[in-house]
Amino acid sequence: MSEVAKTKEPKEPLFSKKNKQLVTDPLTDNNPITIQVLGICSALAITVQVKQAVVMSISVMFVLILGNMIISMLRNLIPSRIRIIVQLVVVASLVIIVDQLLAAFMPDVSEQLSVFVGLIITNCIIMGRFEAFAMANKPWPSIMDGFGNALGYAWILVLVAVVRELLGSGSLYGYKIFGSAIPGEEWGLYTMGYANNNMMILPPMALIVVGIIIWVQRSRNKALIEEH
Amino acid sequence: METTLDIFVKAIFSENMIFAYFLGMCSYLAVSKTVKTAVGLGAAVIFVLLVTVPVNYLLENYLLKEGALAWIDPNNQALADMDLSFLSFIMFIAVVASIVQLVEMLVEKFAPALYGALGIFLPLIAVNCSILGAALFMSERQYSTIGDATAFAVGSGIGWFIAIVAIAAIREKVRYSNVPAPLRGLGITFILTGLMGIAFMSFMGIDYKSEKKDDAKVVTSQLAPNNNTNTNKLPE
Repeated sequence: MSEVAKTKEPKEPLFSKKNKQLVTDPLTDNNPITIQVLGICSALAITVQVKQAVVMSISVMFVLILGNMIISMLRNLIPSRIRIIVQLVVVASLVIIVDQLLAAFMPDVSEQLSVFVGLIITNCIIMGRFEAFAMANKPWPSIMDGFGNALGYAWILVLVAVVRELLGSGSLYGYKIFGSAIPGEEWGLYTMGYANNNMMILPPMALIVVGIIIWVQRSRNKALIEEH
Repeated sequence: METTLDIFVKAIFSENMIFAYFLGMCSYLAVSKTVKTAVGLGAAVIFVLLVTVPVNYLLENYLLKEGALAWIDPNNQALADMDLSFLSFIMFIAVVASIVQLVEMLVEKFAPALYGALGIFLPLIAVNCSILGAALFMSERQYSTIGDATAFAVGSGIGWFIAIVAIAAIREKVRYSNVPAPLRGLGITFILTGLMGIAFMSFMGIDYKSEKKDDAKVVTSQLAPNNNTNTNKLPE
């Protein structure tokens, strides 16, 4: 290994500072959802339950890492005029794999996610990262970038899902946290008159929860504040 | 059975692409700064939906669905059993991308004025979730005729148009308001969209014929015990 390294240009270590930054930047200050505003389309509709959000995040991570890698390896072969179609074909093939795997091993989740698995194809994070990063960088940094952005997407998704499932259904990942509200056999907080906030289950609340996350994030880091 | 008009109205209001499913949010947030550009993008979305959904409907029903290939040769069992639905994602997105490209070229050639208005938005639309989303919903909901599918497409397009023009108008006004600094721009747009979504949820109360509520059934049966339960009209 060291001999190979000597003959070549001084090689960057796999986890150099720059590569690590590719992973950590999208988590906070360059988050795909709250700062770059990409991938909102599928992000909000599936945050009613934590389980759906986790499955969705893992699917996006799979597609984004592999897609970034493939596009980065092909980047010198793709004519720039038809690059969008090439990118779409790569994503669509990867999403078909994800969809078939979900349908085979997790049929119930696949049923709940319905069209949103297919919509990973047009998830703006994926096309955005292909355009902005994978088309101009080597495979390894592209993989790191894909991983980082998918992680940044995932944690916002899971955070929104935690808020909505906890307050809306009183459970987390399907486990009852606040007790059971079934009439006749209530236990936990519900015996004391606690009630779920059904509003949290409604689709618009996802937007408002994300809005509040953006608010918190930007008041902690003033540099992110927009003019208007 | 839902009528075509039901499907159309439902797609505009109670199943609005933006407020009920959050489809096409990326361009919705990016291009809603002024009403003028919002109108351009909204019109382009209606147009592309109108073209792509019927094409995808035909593709789905004569090529991809289980047994859809039977029209080639009714006696061929292998064709009747063929299920290509796993290919639908790649087919739909290929159709959307190529039609958008084609439409762009045609509009540029034959309607330069329209191209001036829509041109820059057309490439954006290929990756707009609402276009692929409409194709996938169309395939999931199994519309019975191409007319229903087209009504759904136009309805979704109009719903999307209303949403983006409304938020653009609000954003133009919000610019003069004293929004807390960290919420400016993106944050307040999210919250506004959420509030508009809550307002749009009130359309869910519309009683479509296929989604008859239980209490409505009770009323019907009390008023007319001999009435066939399949007819949904209240007795005059």
